[in-house]
Amino acid sequence: MIRLERRPTPSRAWGAASPLLAVALTMMAGGLMFAALGKDPVEALRTIFWDPVMGEFAWYFRAQLLVKAAPLVLIAAGLAIGFRAGIWNIGAEGQYIVGAIAGAAAGLAFHPSESVLIFPLMVVCGALGGFLWAMIPAVLKVTLGTNEILVSLMLVYVADNLLASAAVGWLRNPEAVGFPGSRNLAQWEASANPELIAGTGMHWGVVAAVIAVIFAHVLMTRHLMGFHIRLAGQAPRAARFAGVAPARLVLFCLGLSGLLAGLAGLFEVTGPAGQISIDFASGYGFTAIIVAFLGRLNPLGIVAAGLLMAVTYVGGDNAAANLGIPGAAISAFQGMLLFFLLAVDVLSNFRVRVGRGALA
Amino acid sequence: MDLSAISPTLLVASLMVAATPILLAALGEMVVEKAGVLNLGVEGMMIMGAVTGFVAAIETGSPWAGFLAAAIGGAAMALLFGLLTQVLLSNQVATGLALTLFGLGLSALIGQGYVGIKATSLGRIDLGALSDLPFVGRVVFGHDPIVYLSLLLVLGVWAFLRFTRAGLILRAVGESHDAAHALGYHVRRVRMLAIAFGGACAGLGGAYLSLVRVPQWTEGMTAGAGWIALAIVVFASWRAERVLVGAYLFGGITVLQLNLQTAGARVPVELLSAAPYLVTILVLVLISVRAGRGGAAPADLARPFHAST
Repeated sequence: MIRLERRPTPSRAWGAASPLLAVALTMMAGGLMFAALGKDPVEALRTIFWDPVMGEFAWYFRAQLLVKAAPLVLIAAGLAIGFRAGIWNIGAEGQYIVGAIAGAAAGLAFHPSESVLIFPLMVVCGALGGFLWAMIPAVLKVTLGTNEILVSLMLVYVADNLLASAAVGWLRNPEAVGFPGSRNLAQWEASANPELIAGTGMHWGVVAAVIAVIFAHVLMTRHLMGFHIRLAGQAPRAARFAGVAPARLVLFCLGLSGLLAGLAGLFEVTGPAGQISIDFASGYGFTAIIVAFLGRLNPLGIVAAGLLMAVTYVGGDNAAANLGIPGAAISAFQGMLLFFLLAVDVLSNFRVRVGRGALA
Repeated sequence: MDLSAISPTLLVASLMVAATPILLAALGEMVVEKAGVLNLGVEGMMIMGAVTGFVAAIETGSPWAGFLAAAIGGAAMALLFGLLTQVLLSNQVATGLALTLFGLGLSALIGQGYVGIKATSLGRIDLGALSDLPFVGRVVFGHDPIVYLSLLLVLGVWAFLRFTRAGLILRAVGESHDAAHALGYHVRRVRMLAIAFGGACAGLGGAYLSLVRVPQWTEGMTAGAGWIALAIVVFASWRAERVLVGAYLFGGITVLQLNLQTAGARVPVELLSAAPYLVTILVLVLISVRAGRGGAAPADLARPFHAST
């Protein structure tokens, strides 16, 4: 008979070890999945996880790693703060899209000016777009008690349609006859978000991600707001007695995560993506949820998790090109990782006892 | 715009078809939530049902085998969720999200060889003279068997929760798992059964999309239907008959916006496509105005149960 016995406090050792164990288990299960697809599992795992970091063409892939990791870390850092407080913003994908549209629209309004103020203005508008999109579920939650999970998720689909109308309608490049999509923002000097150091893949989004992580770390460990957030998540009743206003937390957490997601969208549309197009939405907002959990909802852990997830993206593309492994296998793989992580977490909260113990 | 091109008979008939996937999924989820479990993975279970149902129907040539496979596929996904949340006591919100993300990826993987194939559809039940009646014939007697199955299921769930002992136990587990445990009921077993039922219903709903409504397999074809089903459970304040009303309301909006698009209404297409989601938000808002905080939700919804505490 196997029983679970609750630990008085969660085990720190298991808390640190469980992401590693989850990654190991996912690799095993992933290997089985690749074998089922008729591919050599060792070869597949090597192509996905080893080649992008250490292989022959790693110099090319490493630049891609930062490009993929930056939006994931930026979004996940914001989401994790909310998740800590039990506030579930799962509509980051929508805030990411609206941030990109708002920023791009603000910049394109001044086309073809070459003012140096345009890019900063776009950054501000991108952040504001994401912030306001996240304020819709936040305000509904605090004024009426509407479920923020469902509202923020529904707004992703609304944002998708907004993106489609922007790409084929009001933001369409007037000079490109018959093609949907906005002007290329990466090629217009005033709005471009270029590679800052050649060959590294580092663009302004990476800088913003680093700043966001440091800010989130200081907020959660040194600031009263961070303490309130952790308190509200771990002991909601105690938090209320201590005078924590839940409404303020909701507005803060949703607003901050929306702002960061909007920034991620803006840096993506001005850099790697280059333009507002129908297929701009790439699922970063959803993958960032996995990144946040894999990083233990801890800003520093999120950096590591974001880089690992970036490896699966880049390595997945590599495997698709070289081994013919379908791209969908990578999203299944990422979903599996979150499953294993949540399953392994039982070890940090409970002791496993074998045999018949005394009944409680 | 030519509004007269929209036939009310066809509108109501296609409304019922459009609503059936959401109705099935929402009904299953309602039972799960009544047992005190919040499974946010409806979207993932639906899409897995859609793909397993489609693949099975193509391989065997029988839509019925497809629906059976879909129910099994959905239930298997749900049991994965059950294993994590009930045995390994993981966070229900996070696990539900994981189920959706995993289901979307895995379904795309399974279905990649089946894109663009057309499924053999279910025939309508032919009731002879009854089906030929004007309006009533098409709306009441002119559907495929799954539409009737979904309506029977509404009736069954309603009666089960209201009149049977097992239904009472299920509700007790959802309202207070500690009290139910103290009375000797198997909280975990009841919840696992409810979760499996919810998964099977979501799977059926998904298969109805890929086998009847569309009828094709495309990646991510559920497009938020699972999330709308979750919203309908809230809208219905956890009552079977209101789930029916909610699902048909949403079916109506979906069909109406599609009809307006083809009739060339002077409204942007994107706004019409976004309408079902906007209306979902609006309904959630109206519900929270009416019900206040908490409302009719089962008291132990989404709270983990561990016998030692």
